[in-house]
Amino acid sequence: MPATVDAEGFLTDPAQWDEGLAEEIAHENGIPELTPRHWQVLRYMRETYLTTGSAPTIRTLGKASGVPIKELYELFPKGPAKLAAKVAGIPKPRGCI
Amino acid sequence: MAIEHQAPVLAAEERPAAIERVAVIISKGSLEGVYPGLIMANGARMEGIEADVFFTFFGLDAIIARRQGRLKVATVGNPGMHMPTLIGALPGMSWLATRMMAKKMEKLDIPPVGEFVEMISDSGAGVWACKASVDMFGLAERDFVPQVDGVITVGEFYEKAAGGQIVFT
Repeated sequence: MPATVDAEGFLTDPAQWDEGLAEEIAHENGIPELTPRHWQVLRYMRETYLTTGSAPTIRTLGKASGVPIKELYELFPKGPAKLAAKVAGIPKPRGCI
Repeated sequence: MAIEHQAPVLAAEERPAAIERVAVIISKGSLEGVYPGLIMANGARMEGIEADVFFTFFGLDAIIARRQGRLKVATVGNPGMHMPTLIGALPGMSWLATRMMAKKMEKLDIPPVGEFVEMISDSGAGVWACKASVDMFGLAERDFVPQVDGVITVGEFYEKAAGGQIVFT
């Protein structure tokens, strides 16, 4: 079964996500390889979304994921919060912060 | 697993060109004067947009080490507060309004000014102080927080802003 994404490339159903798909979405978005540091962020994002119903802000991400903000921007160059959400298979975060 | 697009992505030529860089000017020193610019700059970086923040006039308070943590909400001369001027002028009013706003912001996960400037700097945005204002207020580089990348002239600011949008707050 193919995974369905919206016009911006976010999965419409987080349950369709798996690690192979994450690699695929990452490649499509200019991340050549998902390193253990990427996975640390992705797992934190997914876990937060699945338990609280919303994606963490970049501030929380920087404080609680164990990956500081500077590194987040290196790992996910075109906007960490959104790109990480996309790769993690959760909806686009809609916060302003 | 294959990826299937639910809605067709609009062809590139049908969309207006995306904003690729912004230069945000922060010229006011009240809390409500500083936050919008910080939010715009941080929001730009979150979208992968290059950003520079230029602090000028009283906006400099947001990057002056001894003042950064003491910015206040203006309760006088601020019709948006919906508070009679004489009430707003009572001792402690500005402090109270500032504390209330800080509480609400913390709830929304909006950081205090110092942490926000640090976040913006860590996101790769440039943080600049305006030379004319620095000279006027008799300030020196040592007065600023470490995130400040330099004191620059208006001309240098425009160079940095080249090819992008300028947001004045």
